[in-house]
Amino acid sequence: MMAAMWTENVLQALAAGLLVGALYGLMCVGLALIFGVMRVINFAQGDFMMLGMYAAFYIFGGLGVSSLFGPIAGPYLAALLAGPVLFVAGYAVHRLLIARVSGSRSAALDGEGHYAQLVLTLGIALVLTNGAMLFFGSYPHSIQTPLSTSAWEVGPLWGDYVSIFVNKSRGVSAVISLCVIAALTWLIGNSRLGKALRAAADNPVAATYMGIGVERCHRIAFALGIGITAVAGGLLATNYPFQPYVGLEYVIVMYAGVVLGGMGSIIGAFWGGMTIGLVQQMSTLVLPTQLQNTAIFVIFLLIVFFMPQGFFGRVVERT
Amino acid sequence: MTLIRSLLPALVFAAVYFAVSLVVTNSYYQLMMTLVLVWAVMGLSWNMLSGYTGLVSFGHAAFFGLGAYFTVLTHVFFGLSPWLAIPLSGVLGAAAGLLVGIPTFRLRGHYFALSMLAYPLALLYVFEWLGFQEVTVPMERVHPAAYMQFQDHRIHTWLALGMLLGVIVLTQLVERSRFGMALIAIKQNEAAAEAAGIDTLRWKLKAMMLSAAIAGAIGGFYAVVLLVVTPVAVFGMLVSAQALTVAMFGGVGTVWGPVIGALILIPLSETLHAEFGSKLPGIQGVIYGLAIIGVILLAPEGVYWKVRDWLRERRSGATDEPEAASIAPAIAEVAPAARERVTEGRKLLEVSGLSKSFGGLKAVQNVGFSVIEGQILGIIGPNGAGKTTLFNLLNGFLKPDQGSVLLDGKEMVGSKPHVLCAAGVGRTFQIMRPFARMSVADNVVVGAYVAAKSDDEARAFATQAIERVGLSAIADRVAGALTTKELRLMELARALAGQPRILLLDETLAGLGHSEVGDVIAVIRRLAAEGVTIVIIEHTMQAMVKLVDHFLVLDHGQVLVDGAPESVTRDPRVIEAYLGSKWSGAHAA
Repeated sequence: MMAAMWTENVLQALAAGLLVGALYGLMCVGLALIFGVMRVINFAQGDFMMLGMYAAFYIFGGLGVSSLFGPIAGPYLAALLAGPVLFVAGYAVHRLLIARVSGSRSAALDGEGHYAQLVLTLGIALVLTNGAMLFFGSYPHSIQTPLSTSAWEVGPLWGDYVSIFVNKSRGVSAVISLCVIAALTWLIGNSRLGKALRAAADNPVAATYMGIGVERCHRIAFALGIGITAVAGGLLATNYPFQPYVGLEYVIVMYAGVVLGGMGSIIGAFWGGMTIGLVQQMSTLVLPTQLQNTAIFVIFLLIVFFMPQGFFGRVVERT
Repeated sequence: MTLIRSLLPALVFAAVYFAVSLVVTNSYYQLMMTLVLVWAVMGLSWNMLSGYTGLVSFGHAAFFGLGAYFTVLTHVFFGLSPWLAIPLSGVLGAAAGLLVGIPTFRLRGHYFALSMLAYPLALLYVFEWLGFQEVTVPMERVHPAAYMQFQDHRIHTWLALGMLLGVIVLTQLVERSRFGMALIAIKQNEAAAEAAGIDTLRWKLKAMMLSAAIAGAIGGFYAVVLLVVTPVAVFGMLVSAQALTVAMFGGVGTVWGPVIGALILIPLSETLHAEFGSKLPGIQGVIYGLAIIGVILLAPEGVYWKVRDWLRERRSGATDEPEAASIAPAIAEVAPAARERVTEGRKLLEVSGLSKSFGGLKAVQNVGFSVIEGQILGIIGPNGAGKTTLFNLLNGFLKPDQGSVLLDGKEMVGSKPHVLCAAGVGRTFQIMRPFARMSVADNVVVGAYVAAKSDDEARAFATQAIERVGLSAIADRVAGALTTKELRLMELARALAGQPRILLLDETLAGLGHSEVGDVIAVIRRLAAEGVTIVIIEHTMQAMVKLVDHFLVLDHGQVLVDGAPESVTRDPRVIEAYLGSKWSGAHAA
C-alpha cells in the first residue's frame, strides 16, 4: 500500500514534470534562438514572457476571443496570438536598443559587447517588470479555462491503486508547445529564412559577403525568439497565476535549460528545459513547495559549475 | 602624503554633506540623506569587485541581505547591539563572499553575472520558508543609543557618512596598490595577467571578500535605519540592480562614480516614489531601468568619466599645438650585440614525452627537447603543427595528458601559469594581449610584481625592462595607441620585468615589416647576450636561421627534426613538411 502510494506520487510527479517541461522547453527554445543566431544574452527574456502572459490574458478577455471561441479553445488561441504581438515588440526593441550594442557594432565594445548587452537587457528587464506594475498592478491574474480544473485519468496501471491524473489544460498546452517547436524546426531547417538565419549564426561575415542581411536576420531571430517565449508564457498562464514579477524566476529556468542543452542548440534547449521541468517537479517529492524555486536556482548553479560543455567549448580562447 | 592629498576631495565632500545635513529638519529628507550614503557605499562595494575586475555581479543583494538579517535577528534573539552586529555582518559578508567566490570564479562573462543572480534569489525563498517574511527591529527604550536608535535621525546620516569615508579610503588604498593593479590587469586581459605572474583567483577572491564585507556591513546598517527587514527588500533583484546602477551610472573603476550615481539617482527615485508611489507602484524600478539603458547607449563609461573627458578636451583644446610636436618620439635603436652560438652547457629546461589531445586531435604527441642555459632555441613548423599548444603546456595554460617538464631539474607539470611565471618562465603571445587602457609603463609594472617585493622595486624592474627593449621614450603612452612593433616590444618588456630565466616568445615577428623584423631580432639577440634563455616560435624559417642556436621542427604535433640551423634547413623532411613532397622530390633528383 505504501509502495503503491509512493509509486503513484513518483509517476504523478514524472507526468507533471513532462507536461511543465514541454512548456519550459518551448521558452528555452525562444532564448536559444536569440543566443544561437546573434550571440546575445537576453536577460529580459523572462519579462518578455511575462508580457506574453498579459497579452494572452487581454486578447482572451478583451478582443472577444473568449466569446467567439469559447472558454476551451479561446485561451490557447489567445496564447498563440500573443506570439505575433510580442514578435512586433521584440522587433521594435531590437531595432531601437539591442542593435546598438550587438551585431556589427559589438566589435567596438569591451568583451565583444557581452557586458553592454547584459547590462542593457537588465535595464530593459527592470523597465518591463516595473512598468507592468504600473499598468497591470501587482494583483495576480490567470486565464480561466474549465480544462485547468479537470483531468484525464491514466490507469489504473496495476492493481486498483496506481493511476495518474493528467491535467487537461497542461496536456493541451504541452501538445501545442510540441507543435510550435515542430513548426520552428521546419522553418529553420527548410525555409529560405531559416537558411539565412543559420548562415548568419554560423559566420556573420561570410553571410554578409553572400548577400545575406545579417542585421535583419538578427532582428528577426530576436523577434521570433521573443514571440516563441511569449507563446510559452501564454500557455503557462492557463495554469499558473502570474504577476509582473514572474519574469525573473523564469529567466533562471530558461538559462538553466539553455546551458544544459548546450548554448546555441535549439533542440538541445528544448531537452534542457524539459529536464529542468522534470527535476523541479521531482524535487517536490522531497522538498517543501516554498523551496521549489530555491531548488531551481541550486540546480542552475550546479549545471553551470559541473556541466560546462557547450559553453567552455565555445569560450576557449586562442593564445 | 599623496594619499592624504587625494583624500582632500573626500573630506571636502564630507564636510559639505555634513553641513547640509545640519540644516535639514524634515525627517523624510533626513532619511533620504542617509539612504543616498547607504547606496553610495553599496555602489562602491559593487565597484570593488565588478568595477575593477570587470566581472559583473547581478547578485550583490546576497551579501546585503545576509548582513541585514544577521543584524536584525541577532538583536531579536540575542539582544546583540548593532554596534557589534554591523562589523560582524561585514565578517559574515566576507565569509559568504569566499564561499560564493570559490565556485563562481570558475565562470566568466555572462555566466558569472547570471550565477551571481541565483544566490540572493535562492536565499530570498529560504528566508521566506524560514518564516522571516517580516522582521521588525525591537524598540529599545532604556538604552536607545546602545542599539543605534536615535531620536535625531541626523546621527544616522553622520554614521553613514563615516562609513562612506572609510570605504572611500579603502578603495583608494586598493586602487594605488599592487592589489588594484592586479584587478585592473585581470579586467583587461585575464590570461595575460595570469601569464605575467598574477595569481588571478587569489586576487579575485580578495576583491570579492572585501566587496562582500562592505555590502554585508551596509546591509546591517540599512536594517537599523529602516527598522524592518523583508526578504524582497534586502535580497530582491532591485537591491543588486541598484548597486550596479549607481556604480555604472556614475562610472566604474573610480571612487567617485558610485557616489555621483547615488547622489543623482537615489533622490530622484525616492522623490518620485514618494510623490507617485501610491498611484504608480514600481516607479523606482522604471527609473533605474531607464538610467541603465540611457547610460549603456549614451555614455557607457558613466557620468564621471564622461564629464572628466569633456573637461580635459576643453582644456587641451587651447594647448593642442605644442603637443602635436611630441607625438612621435623615436624609440631607441638597440645596438646589435655580438654573441657566440650556445650549444653546450647546463640544461635549464628539459621536456620529455609531452602529449596533449583535444578530443580526437593529437595536438602535441610525445614531444621531447631540452634548452641549454643562455641558448636561443627556435621552434618552427607549419600552421597547425602544435607550436602554440606546446607553449601553453609549458607555461601552464594547458595541462598535458602525459609527459614531464623539468625547469632546472624541478617538475613543473600541473602548476598554474602564475606559479610557472614566478619560477622563471615568462611568455609573450601570438595574438598580442596588451592591457590596452594602461600606459606602457603600467603594463610592464604588472609583469614586474611577480619578482618584486615592493611597489618601488616593481617600478625599478619595469623601468629597466622598458630600457632593455628600447621603449623608454614612449613609456607613458597608452598601450592601445601603439604600433604592432611597439606592442611586441612592450610584451617582451612585460615578460622581462618578471626577471624570467627563460622567455617563451610566440611568433613575436608575426605581422612585422621587413625592417621591423630586423629591429626586434636585434633586441632578442641582445637579451640573449645578456644571459636570458630564449625559446622562440615562428612559422617562417628565413628570419630565424641567423638568430637561433638550435632548431626544433614540429609537424602534426610531433618532433620532425632537432638540430643545428644549417643542417635543419637542408633536411629533406623539413623541406617536405614546408613545401610538399612533389617539390622536395623534384629537387632531390
